[in-house]
Order: sequence, then structure tokens, then C-alpha cells
Amino acid sequence: MKVLMLGWELPPHYTGGMGVICLQLCRALAKNDVDIEFVLPFTAEFPNINFMKVNPALPQGVDEVLYNTGGSTYDNQLFTYIEKDGQKRGVKMHEHIDNYVKYVSNLVSYGEYDIIHAHDWLTFRAGLAAKQISGKPLFLHVHATEYDRCGGNSNGNPLIKDIEYVGFHMADRIIAISQRVKDTIVREYDIDPSKIEIVHNAMEFEYHEINEYASTYKYLEYMKSKGYKVVLNCGRLTIQKGLVNLMMAAKEVVEKRPKTLFVFVGGGEQYNELVQLSANLGIAKNVIMVGYLNGTGKAWRDAYRAADLFVMPSVSEPFGIAPIEAITYGAPVLISKQSGISEVLKNCFKVDFWDVHEMANQIYSIIEYPGIKETMYQNSSNELRNITWAKSANKLMKVYKNHAVGVGA
Amino acid sequence: MKQAICLYLHVHQPFRIKHYTIFEVGEDHQYFNDGTPNADINNEFIIKKVSEKSYIPANKALKHLIDKHPEFKFSISISGCLIEQLEKWAPEALQSFKDVVDTGRVEIVDETYHHSLAFFYSRAEFEAQVAMHRKKIQEVFGQTPQVFRNTELSYNNDLAYWADKAGYKGIITEGWDPILGWRSPNFMYRPTYTNNIKLMLKNYRLSDDVAFRFGDKGWAEWPLTAEKFVHWMGAAMDNAQTFNLFMDYETFGEHQWEDTGIFEFLKAVPELWLNSRQDRTFMTLSEAIDTFDPQDTIDIPQTVTWADTERDLSAWLGNNMQQQAITALYGLQDQIMASGDWQLIEDWRKLQISDHFYYMCTKWFNDGDIHAYFSPYETPYEAFTNFMNAWHDLKFRLLEKGIEV
Repeated sequence: MKVLMLGWELPPHYTGGMGVICLQLCRALAKNDVDIEFVLPFTAEFPNINFMKVNPALPQGVDEVLYNTGGSTYDNQLFTYIEKDGQKRGVKMHEHIDNYVKYVSNLVSYGEYDIIHAHDWLTFRAGLAAKQISGKPLFLHVHATEYDRCGGNSNGNPLIKDIEYVGFHMADRIIAISQRVKDTIVREYDIDPSKIEIVHNAMEFEYHEINEYASTYKYLEYMKSKGYKVVLNCGRLTIQKGLVNLMMAAKEVVEKRPKTLFVFVGGGEQYNELVQLSANLGIAKNVIMVGYLNGTGKAWRDAYRAADLFVMPSVSEPFGIAPIEAITYGAPVLISKQSGISEVLKNCFKVDFWDVHEMANQIYSIIEYPGIKETMYQNSSNELRNITWAKSANKLMKVYKNHAVGVGA
Repeated sequence: MKQAICLYLHVHQPFRIKHYTIFEVGEDHQYFNDGTPNADINNEFIIKKVSEKSYIPANKALKHLIDKHPEFKFSISISGCLIEQLEKWAPEALQSFKDVVDTGRVEIVDETYHHSLAFFYSRAEFEAQVAMHRKKIQEVFGQTPQVFRNTELSYNNDLAYWADKAGYKGIITEGWDPILGWRSPNFMYRPTYTNNIKLMLKNYRLSDDVAFRFGDKGWAEWPLTAEKFVHWMGAAMDNAQTFNLFMDYETFGEHQWEDTGIFEFLKAVPELWLNSRQDRTFMTLSEAIDTFDPQDTIDIPQTVTWADTERDLSAWLGNNMQQQAITALYGLQDQIMASGDWQLIEDWRKLQISDHFYYMCTKWFNDGDIHAYFSPYETPYEAFTNFMNAWHDLKFRLLEKGIEV
């Protein structure tokens, strides 16, 4: 079976968790003898990917497309084209999406594929064009909708919502990464639930990465030896992540247990607001803002290893891969009930994102009472072994086979 | 000599801890008073529900059997925690228990008032709770128990030795195969190192056919009819003095709902059993003990219980949280006793109820078998947190009285 996979990122060149998910999903599919051609919007080397073909979507007359990381809005000149004559030119998001669509249209005009599988709105237009030209079934894989990205209110970018709306209606099949995402698609985009399949994310880490311990955080280790406990959050500092509530809970915990440190790893537009809030609440000396870290680096992993508890208090989280990362690297987790992962993970604390009091109560329990941290961590770690990509890929294979009539796997 | 069914029913409800956070510590000393309508941690709601679904109809059915068959008898144990709650919220259900006991054909078995694991942590506390239970049974039912059962039928040689010295004529536990070996649970035994006391063992196959499997449509023997059940006992007649059917009282109406036909079954079995042959009867535990001589001695150095496939205490004490919680609780004993504050002592004892530790069990929760995870809390971690917060409040109350902990 040949699948044309349309994505926007792949590690180690990526901006968020979606790239990691695409990579691991494709690896599991390849083990089921799926022949994958993956189209990316930029040029990069992937020496570790040998199970599928990765193509950059090069516009005509362009030799290389560079992805300018660090930009966060859609209007920035996110891409740089290096043209055949060596000229460089900055390109905005929408212009490049147009070119990505043209590239994919061209690809399906000449190549034979059994299924077209597109990940999130950035590639939906290309997916629709490919379906129109080739007549092959289109799968839209939804990691997050615009509704989720704007924190669960009905605002958001209307252009993106339109692309999603049209895409969902035209697609042959929609893959949602959680019940939560499925419910959103049904409710906000008027889609028939029977058209949507849930394929939960998994997370698989290389074991050599786990055995490299020598902590980046000497200060945290020292403080821990003095009786301090470390509560961690990793991720973008943005409204959707519910960090203001975590900061308020931090105040309640620190009042009961002054020897507690709250560590925030990540950058984002709420950085200044959170620093200010910690000062206003009078807990500035218990709060450590680490700032942005590369999500594939050792400093990122060591943060989890230093933590006694990882908290993901998201207001709205389509899935949430960070808790799985935390458990892999050594921390038990507290997650909001408004996250997709709370549908699959049992051995953890769960709280409504708005329930600051209860969040504080649960944080306190884990860091103060003997026995619970070890028990929860050990059980969650055992549980993770059952959340595998092999299972998710199997589920997806079944859906593929229903649509790719007459095609052997 | 006649062969007897020894039906023994255990009835108990814990005081469930409400959602009790660290912010309640030092502020609110009421741990067991959840008032959420229809909530599984609302003790009043549960007591009323179970009384209506199980206790009252089951007692009615049992009373009917007593009236109809002069030979029908059975034994029960009823925890102090339950009696207290029935007195408060369901006096009519308590009266229904009194009505069957008043017939003189029901024997009450002794245990700890608080349905605790105190025997394994503090002998003094254990004895105090047994004495409390004895007193309560005498007050409410006018009986003095002569047979002992420990919480969850937990048992070992030490317990038998203690019960022998304490003057009980009998003690009961699980008839678990690794202990019995080739021997059958359908005979009277004597615990090692004892001279007078006799040991009766639960026939777990027959008991669990009723208690666990009765309504299970996936079970090969479903539906279990009275004919089939009596026939099974008949097949073992040459190899039996008694058929020890030990189970939870809530089997009738709560664990097995009325629509499974459990009450009809309860009525039909005695009728069929007594009428099929002349040499068949029912006995209370004491009668069986007075009638039959021990066939062998039984040595149980390790602790057994009637719970799950392991038949040990791992459902209560298997993980780190459970061990830490129970150790912390018994660690306060001397200070709690020194306080002389009855309310404080009673709250400490209510925290000893074995159910609290059971709710912290992670072994089934982990398997993803939510149905096997029988708890009013969403997770074992929540159960632990409520418990430890309440424990901190006990400590707070001690410190407030100037008692160092």
C-alpha cells in the first residue's frame, strides 16, 4: 500500500510535538509494509529516517526552502527560498502554502498512491487538491483544530477555520487523536461522528537517551538534597496551557510547604505575565523560569528527571504528549481533565483546569506524603508500555484497508 | 449423623472519607460526613440504598425461611460501624436484623468493631475493638458471641492461638487449597498449637458460585438453579460433615441484583435441601462445632484472607501507599490514647476500617479492569490523599492538645 503523507514538520527540524508524532506513526506504519512518501514544506537532512521517503516541497525554480524557526505568527516571513541563481527571498506562510499545494498536485499527477493522508490545516488544501486530481481517498489527521488553538472559545482565525470546515466535509475519513478532538469536530464543524476514527497518540523513546544521566540542574539537585521538592511544567507559555491557574495553585502549596520549587520550562507570550504574577503572589523565590529549551535536548529531558511531579494544567489539550515524556524520564504526572491524554492514562492525578484548590491539594499530596510518588510513578510507567504506536498503527491500518479497496497491505 | 449447610453471612459498611483536602486540615474535623446527593462517598445515601435493596428484603426472605422450616438456621457477623450507621440512618433495617435474630435461630459471630486490620499492627488495639464489638452485640441483639472471625476472614496460627486463649469455641477462615492440600473444607479441623478451639473453612467454590457468579451470564453454569446447587452438594455427600457457605450479606440484592433471581434462589435452596433427604439439615457455626470432632490439625503460619486470587492481604497492604498510610496511622496510637479524648480516639479508629486501604489498591486499577476496581473514588491516589489529609488533621488535633507527635 502506498501512502502520500502530507505534514509540516519532522524532528529534529520541528516546532512542536506534531513532528514527533508524525515520525513515530510513520515508523509504525512502515512496519506494516506501508510505503510512505512524506512531503515537507522545507529542505532538510534526515539521516535517521530510512523507513520512508521524505521530499521537500520545492516550488519551480527554487533549489532549497529554509524554515526560519523562532517566528510565531503566520504573517512573518517564515520561509526563505534559495533560487537556482543563488538569490534569497523571504516568503510568507500563505504564499508557501500555495506552492506546497502546487507541488503536491504535480506529484499526484504523475505518481500512483492508494491513500492521501494529511496532518492538520496547513496541509489540508494540498490534500484536497490531491484528492480532486487523483480520485484517491483523503484522510485528514487532526492533532488540533483552530478551536483548540484559540483556547476553546469561538474566536480564532476565520480563514483557518474555513479550510478546516471544507476539509472535514470533503475528506473520506477523519482521524482524531482523542475523543476530545472528535467531539470538537462534531460540535464545532458539524461533522457526522461516524466519519471520525479515534487513533490515540503514543510515545516511544530511544532507551539510550534515558541512560545518560548527569543533571543539567545542579541547583535543583542541591535544593532537593535540602528537602525541597520540584514541581515542573514544560511547554509553551500560552493561554491554552492554563499556567495562571498552576501559579495560583503554587501559591497555595507554598503556603503549606515552603520548601517547594515550581519550575517552568518554555517560552511564549505569557512569560512576562507569569513572572509578574509570581511576584504579585509573593512566591517569586519559589518560581524558576527556565525559558525556551529545545524539546529534543538533554536539558529538556533532565528537567523531567529532576522533577518530583510534572503538571499539565491545560485549559484545552487535544492530546498532550508531555505527560508521556515526563513518565518516560522519571516523573509522575498531574493532568487536567480537559486533555486528550486523560482518556488513556489512569495512574495519575486528574483535575479540572479551573479547580486551583484541588490542584494544590493533589500537588501537596504527591510531594509531601511518602509512598504515593513511587506507587503512582511505577504504575504509570507500567501503563505506558501498553500505550504503543503498534496498537495505534493497527487501528489505522484497518481504516486504510476499508478505503483502499483491492489493495494489498 | 446429619449433614448440614452452615450458612454464614457477613455484613459491613465502612465510614467512607469525604473529599478532604489539605486545606480542610486544622479547619474541619469531620471526615465522614459527605452530603453530596447520590454520591458514593455519602455514607447516609449508601446506607439507605443498601438497606432498601439488600438488608430489608434479604431479612424478609430469611425470616420467611425461618418461619417455614423449623430446621433452617444460619450465622451472621455485623460490624460495629454498620450497626452505628443503621442506628442513625436506617433504624428499620436494623430492626429487620433484630427480628431475625430474635427468632433464636441466628448466631452472631464476633469480630473487630471497626472492621480493622488491628490484629496485625497492635494487639492492645485489636483486643479493645473486639471487646467493643462484643459489648455492642450484647446491647443490640442480647447475644454473646462464641465464634470469631477476623476482618476479611484474615487468619493465621497466631490469631487462632489468641482466639483459643480468649475462650472462643470456634474460628473461621478461607478453605484455600494450598493450605488444605488433599483435605476437604467440608470437615471440622483444629488449628495447630491450640487445645479447644475448632476451625471451620469456607467452601469457596460453592460459596463463590452464589456470591460472585450467580448472575454472570458468561459463566458456563448459568443459570444456577436450586436443583443444580443442591445436586452439587449431594455429589459430595460422602465427603462432608458441613457445607460452609460463607459470603457477604450484600450478595442478596446488592452484589447480585434482585432481577437475577437471587432471592428466589435463596428461598428455594433450603426447601429443596431439607425435603430431598431425611439426613440433611442446617446448623449455626456453634452447633456444627458442638456436633463434629476435628478430623485433623491445620497449620497456617502465613496470613490468608478470602480476597481475590492471592488470598492474602495484598489488596490492603500490597503497595507503598497502603503500607505508608497504615504505618502512619498506627504510629499515632500512644499519643491518641494518651489524649483521653473519646472523639479523637473514635475518629482514629474509624480511619482503621480496612476499606480505606482497599480503596488505595492499584493492582486491578492497573489492569484496566475498572469493574474489578470497587471504590467510591476515581483513583487509588485520590483515596490515599483524602486519607493522609485526615491523618494530618488527627495530628493537628493532638498538637492542639499539647501532645507531641
